[in-house]
Amino acid sequence: MSKVLVVADHLQGKLNAGTARCVTAAGRLPEAEVHVVVLAAEAADVAGQAAALQGVAKVLTVQRAENAHPLAAVLAPQVAQLAAGYTHVFAPSSTFGKDLLPRVAALLGVSQVSELMAVEGSHRFKRPTYAGNAIVTVELAPGTKVVATVRSASFEAAPRGGPAPTEAVSLEVALPTHTRFVSLSAGKSDRPDLQSAAKVVSGGRALGSAENFQIIYQLADKLGAAVGASRAAVDAGYVPNELQVGQTGKIIAPELYLAIGISGAIQHLTGIKDARTIVAINKDPEAPIFEVADIGLVGDLFKVVPELTQALG
Amino acid sequence: MRKILVAVKRVVDYNTRIRVKSDGSGVMLDGVKMALNPFDEIALEEALRIRERGQAGEVIAVSVGPDDVQPHLRTALAMGADRAILVRTDAVIEPLVAARALLAIVKREAVELALLGKQAIDDDANQTGQMLAALWERPQATFASRVELKDGVAVVTREVDAGLETIEVDLPAVITSDLRLNEPRYIKLPEIMKAKKKPLEVVDLATLGVTPAQHLKVLKTEAPAQRARGVMVKDTGELLAALKKIGVVS
Repeated sequence: MSKVLVVADHLQGKLNAGTARCVTAAGRLPEAEVHVVVLAAEAADVAGQAAALQGVAKVLTVQRAENAHPLAAVLAPQVAQLAAGYTHVFAPSSTFGKDLLPRVAALLGVSQVSELMAVEGSHRFKRPTYAGNAIVTVELAPGTKVVATVRSASFEAAPRGGPAPTEAVSLEVALPTHTRFVSLSAGKSDRPDLQSAAKVVSGGRALGSAENFQIIYQLADKLGAAVGASRAAVDAGYVPNELQVGQTGKIIAPELYLAIGISGAIQHLTGIKDARTIVAINKDPEAPIFEVADIGLVGDLFKVVPELTQALG
Repeated sequence: MRKILVAVKRVVDYNTRIRVKSDGSGVMLDGVKMALNPFDEIALEEALRIRERGQAGEVIAVSVGPDDVQPHLRTALAMGADRAILVRTDAVIEPLVAARALLAIVKREAVELALLGKQAIDDDANQTGQMLAALWERPQATFASRVELKDGVAVVTREVDAGLETIEVDLPAVITSDLRLNEPRYIKLPEIMKAKKKPLEVVDLATLGVTPAQHLKVLKTEAPAQRARGVMVKDTGELLAALKKIGVVS
């Protein structure tokens, strides 16, 4: 029997979509009983969202002022203490999970499985290495506590179900004060969230400027899509960092991915491999993006994109 | 004066096309070009800039691995590290073991800042910095895109999914570098010559009291599922028709 603790990733009272995908991964373990823990200053809203996920047996809340911001050094000792009652500890492979979980694993004295992409047994998993170019099957010794970050793009989100019961937990654990939150500058957007959007329109270096990038936003708005970008476009300052798709940015699995003026470096392709349909528009017929595209168009993006936006009108 | 430790790892050069062995035993490494992990170069560059601003006295590059890592530590010295330490082992090193080895050096050298790349581009684990911070019982500031040192603290801007988060950590601390922290310098020929004379110490992993335990047994390595090559369309009209056909636009 597997007892799984999923650590909820949340921001400003909203549960991150990766958490629901993590719950699905946890449910694939043999005879899984899945609990979600919400560490927050005010946990009720997020706990309610977690309790409504199918497959969740219980939601734990750890409410204290120190948990107002997701600081790994503060959260890790709490998660490590809770882990005593579980065989597995999972978190989504978001920047939250990547920051927190290795710290938890080290406190527990175990290795971590990063970017878990398939469950093959209670202690056997698949994960990507070399920017997704080599998939390894790894196994931990039976009885070892499994700490893993879950690659969101590999699992569907758990549907609505429940509601599961919620239980407030208080932990006797000293928390460090050596790490302090200062500020978060988050891009405000009423567009769909890049990580969970069904459609994504991404632009690359070929856009040439932040002003020109507006044609990407216009097309995205017409499609009801989220906006993404290649590393080159982010490095050039056309768009903020949180839009980066790829090995070191966000790894996504939308129904439709439009790559516009993106050549398709290996590191970018890693981030989109699980998209259902990939469409590429690029003026270079030799661009590697065409090797993975389902639909390709060789042409001038400054002509094609406005035409497409208008045709969708 | 403040000492900075920079952890560096030897990896397959980022330009190399990775091929998986047909028997599933791993990826082909024979004759493949090796290099410093790009994120570690960024970490080293940041350490050098801190020293050049007069905020550190010494930058120590540390790696954990076999003897063949030495030339890559020389590269780190040529970039500007003052000295290097190789923690020598021929065993497979998981992040937890690397973190234990680094902790031993961090304590021996009484460093005030440990800078690491956020992940190595071979195993893509993204763990070692966080684990070092946990074992050291010190703060961590991962995925850094800006680092500012003040009296006893570091103010670090981090690249997170929502945008940019700024945190303040007391020193000593661990910081891991993201892509946009800086652009590493090119190495000039005279620096390569100078690096040959810089100290490179070799310590066996066992003498640090660290056992190379392997928790994750790799059973199989396989190539990812390939996407089938799609269709090419000629113009916007054909593109729109193709999108309608698969039902993604109406």
